[in-house]
Amino acid sequence: MTRSDNPYRDDRGNKDRSITKAGGGTIDNPEGGGSALPAPGGPFLAAEGMTGGYGAADILHDCTLTVEKGQIAVIVGPNGAGKSTAMKAVFGMLRLRGGHVRLDGEDITHLSPQDRVAKGMGFVPQTNNVFPSMSVEENLEMGAFLRRDDFRATMEQVFDLFPILKDKRRQPAGELSGGQRQQVAVGRALMTQPKLLMLDEPTAGVSPIVMDELFDRIIEVARTGISILMVEQNARQALEIADKGYVLVQGANRYTDTGAALLADPDVRRTFLGG
Amino acid sequence: MDFLNAIVALLNFVVIPATAYGAQLALGALGVTLIYGILRFSNFAHGDTMALGTGFVILFTWWFQSMGLHFGPLPTALLALPFGIAVTAAFVLLTDRVVYRFYRKQKAAPVILVIVAMGVMFVMNGLTRFLIGVDEIRFDDGARFLITANDFKAATGLAEGLAFRSTQALTIATAVVVVAALFWFLNRTRTGKSMRAFSDNEDLALLSGINPEKVVAVTWIISAGLAVIAGTLYGLDKSFKAFNYFQLLLPIFASAIVGGLGNPLGAIAGGFLIAFSEVGFTYAWKKVATYVLPESLAPDGLAQLLSTDYKFAVSFAILIVVLLFKPTGLFKGKAV
Ligand SMILES: Nc1ncnc2c1ncn2[C@@H]1O[C@H](COP(=O)(O)OP(=O)(O)OP(=O)(O)O)[C@@H](O)[C@H]1O
Ligand SMILES: [Mg+2]
Repeated sequence: MTRSDNPYRDDRGNKDRSITKAGGGTIDNPEGGGSALPAPGGPFLAAEGMTGGYGAADILHDCTLTVEKGQIAVIVGPNGAGKSTAMKAVFGMLRLRGGHVRLDGEDITHLSPQDRVAKGMGFVPQTNNVFPSMSVEENLEMGAFLRRDDFRATMEQVFDLFPILKDKRRQPAGELSGGQRQQVAVGRALMTQPKLLMLDEPTAGVSPIVMDELFDRIIEVARTGISILMVEQNARQALEIADKGYVLVQGANRYTDTGAALLADPDVRRTFLGG
Repeated sequence: MDFLNAIVALLNFVVIPATAYGAQLALGALGVTLIYGILRFSNFAHGDTMALGTGFVILFTWWFQSMGLHFGPLPTALLALPFGIAVTAAFVLLTDRVVYRFYRKQKAAPVILVIVAMGVMFVMNGLTRFLIGVDEIRFDDGARFLITANDFKAATGLAEGLAFRSTQALTIATAVVVVAALFWFLNRTRTGKSMRAFSDNEDLALLSGINPEKVVAVTWIISAGLAVIAGTLYGLDKSFKAFNYFQLLLPIFASAIVGGLGNPLGAIAGGFLIAFSEVGFTYAWKKVATYVLPESLAPDGLAQLLSTDYKFAVSFAILIVVLLFKPTGLFKGKAV
């Protein structure tokens, strides 16, 4: 952890867990405070020219990501390239110094993450993406928190997509295996019935079989008309299912093309796909 | 017969008082553990929230009594309780608004909030004394006993009497109702689940559209409610003295930590464990021993392990032992 420039965040090395509980929120921009402005035209999601980071130094440099309706866009890149940071920026979880985010004909740059959920965005973070002490069913319920209508049908859809979750519905999510936990995480995000689903390394730490399984499910979700923006370590497989691919290096777009074209590009193959 | 007498003496001097005291500690510890679990810091102002809240309840009680309002055999304070809770909750929310919120916006390290809570504690401490003074106040009225010692002796023919005071019965009954309501709320309602979600994973709660400010407000209200109920029951059972509540902070935190901070079930178990140990260590066992042991083995002294003046040492010792050997508490807590 970099030491923050805010003195209130400096615990001076005190890690006494009998008086404080670790793991508070990290979202830097929970307020938002702005409202959405109409911005018709363009792709379904257009995050353009994003520049910013966590503190003084910028992580993202003029980074642009777009997704068309019902398509799958995949971000690949080396560790620390800023892929997760770009996802957080799209979701309003950090303050951008420049750029804007448009969704479905509206400028949502100044919306808080909660307001973006209400606008139809769902996000599965890379880590800590379930409520560990709550049951699978409660995790899904929390996904539907903003919905005031009857969400049982959606929950059944999630159970159809991930049948194992139905068997484990009463079990705390923290006790599940890695793959099952990722399914809970994706299921939770689907409960809002998002129009755009953002997945940060959904297959991290799962076995190859489960990985194929998850990719199939993701394609299935995209077929229902949901746009998908996904970060993936398994670049080759991910680009195979991608309508559009982005290679991010040091917070900037290095290559942008269709998934197939990137897979065919010798430069991309050599540098990022291992030959 | 002697054996029965021993059991009655045990019930009368240990089990009943410790159960009532344990219920009070459990309610106090529940408030502490909720704040710890959701706001992530130890609220050292909790004891003084209890004192201030009980102060409000006493003022309402006096006002009601002056209007000739009574609650039949139950203490008038029970009528005043909802009003005391409302005023205290409002006060605590105001404190959150003018003090804690700033630090929350700054995303201050939790240890800073602990220090802030100590500041709040001193302010509340002074306010309580302004409001109601430093003297000992008895504010229980209504029926004193469910069972008196003499009635019990007459009815059973035993040498030992068993007294069951109505405040003790009230304490236990109220604690059961409040705890059941709290667990129902946390496990069954949308707001309760959102609080647990927030406690589990703040960021993800935000990404699910849960409003953190609302979670924080509800947490403060519930913890204020628990504090006032615990404080009032304690005051009815013993008596009200502002300083006593400050001292109660130690056994309350010991209960919460022994049970596992952040774990509501643990807080309850911890409350009873601390209460029974405290009473057990400071009770003079001579009477019970003389009933059950043959005459040759009967103790000469009082058979009291610790003088009651040292009762807080018991919670302190248990706290240290637990922190040394099982820092997460007996139940799985959120600590460490
Ligand atoms: N919360 C944070 N505060 C400060 N700096 C951060 C934070 N999170 C990430 N960084 C820094 O931002 C840079 C980009 O990190 P990021 O997590 O976006 O990379 P990534 O491409 O997702 O990597 P990975 O493949 O390992 O997930 C890194 O240098 C990292 O150290
Ligand atoms: Mg990442």
